[in-house]
Amino acid sequence: MSPTDPLDASLVLSARGLTKSFGSNTVLRGIDLDVRRGQVVALIGPSGSGKTTVLRSLNGLEVPDGGTVTFGASVAGGATAGGSAAASGGDLALDFSVPVGKRGIAALRDRSAMVFQHYNLFPHMTVLKNVTEGPVQVQKRPKAEAEADALRLLTRVGLADKRDAYPFQLSGGQQQRVGIVRALALKPQLLLFDEPTSALDPELVGEVLAVIKELAEEGWTMVIVTHELGFARHVADEVVFMDGGVVVERGPAAEVLGAPRQERTKQFVKRIQHDV
Amino acid sequence: MTFNWDLVWSSFGPIIGGAIAGTIPLTLASFAFGLLLALFVALLRLSPNKVLSAVARFYVSVIRGTPLLVQLFVIFYGLPSLGVKLDPWPSAIIAFSLNVGGYAAEIIRAAILSVPKGQWEAGHTIGMSGAQTLLRIILPQAARVSVPPLSNTFISLVKDTSLASLILVTELFKNAQQIAAFSQEFMVLYLEAALVYWVICLVLSTAQSALERRLDRYVAH
Repeated sequence: MSPTDPLDASLVLSARGLTKSFGSNTVLRGIDLDVRRGQVVALIGPSGSGKTTVLRSLNGLEVPDGGTVTFGASVAGGATAGGSAAASGGDLALDFSVPVGKRGIAALRDRSAMVFQHYNLFPHMTVLKNVTEGPVQVQKRPKAEAEADALRLLTRVGLADKRDAYPFQLSGGQQQRVGIVRALALKPQLLLFDEPTSALDPELVGEVLAVIKELAEEGWTMVIVTHELGFARHVADEVVFMDGGVVVERGPAAEVLGAPRQERTKQFVKRIQHDV
Repeated sequence: MTFNWDLVWSSFGPIIGGAIAGTIPLTLASFAFGLLLALFVALLRLSPNKVLSAVARFYVSVIRGTPLLVQLFVIFYGLPSLGVKLDPWPSAIIAFSLNVGGYAAEIIRAAILSVPKGQWEAGHTIGMSGAQTLLRIILPQAARVSVPPLSNTFISLVKDTSLASLILVTELFKNAQQIAAFSQEFMVLYLEAALVYWVICLVLSTAQSALERRLDRYVAH
């Protein structure tokens, strides 16, 4: 990995040595990941490489067996021992070698929000309710304020007129844009995208990628698991190629995708580009 | 056979009265308690704790594996020998609630499991606790799936409450029985009782359809 300055104040997230096994199947073998403010990191790799598990670990949807995750300024100080969520002023340090507990997981979710491959909108709620549910029920923000916020965000992705629709009445691309707005409405420090266009019909991919690109330009900090290498090259500042639970190669998008150094990366990039 | 029309009309009063004062409140109370119990048992069944889950499974097995009449008699006639003497009404409500609890627990468990795992994850990613996700995200969706089978349970319960007549609860069937014994017009009285049960169940079926339509508003057809 590229060495990072441990005192770099612009780091939003720093993960070190993440490990994870499902039964006898080891999916993460010590993953390091740094994300700076406003940076877009694309995680790429063959299926089973562990990239989605890394992403889910950052949102507490998987709990790593070992390693540390730190958010905010405490990145500089390193992870505190004891596994407790040392959350203050937006800082967080989790050590997964000991149980982090519900509070540790909740603290992770305060800082990051996930956009799912299959959108996972709440089918029994209207678009507006989907978006305001987190701000109102979890963050306890006033309903009127949350709705105004939600409408502003929906307007930006061109879906204000769908506020009272149910998810089943929307196309896949529209549902995913609502999924993105639902995550944005939480005002997370870090947005996580798990193959956000993989479930979409080809003609709907563009509208979702356009929204993500806009967010990148606005300076949102994002980690994106994707198979869209062309998109990654356009939008990502850094590309991380994973295979077999380790990071094989990482660097600026143009380098990793345009002139990969590692044999496995070369093969992967070649194969995907052939498929397209 | 000649029909005693006077008796037909005069006996409808006590039979419908028995429905209003007995059958209906007994059904409503037992179903309400039974559903709460069933939700609790379903959550125990789904608990990762093996002991809790085994206790719930045992309970469901006993309830489903023994006749309702026997359950009723154990509570009303059996418990006094252990020093627990209950009146007919509480005995009936307890027995029917326990019974509904066993059957509905399996329905609710299956309905909760039918909600995709991604819904739990979506609840979690917006910061909800497990309980919040269950209440606001999972159960509303599980409710839609469980309305048809729970309606079956409810409608069965209406008819099963006739068994309460055997532990001296005054309800629809008990009144019909008494008038029949007195007048010796068995056919007339029992057909009347059947008719009133049927009408109650027809009303419930209509209510079920309306509820299903309402809960289906967010599903593609």
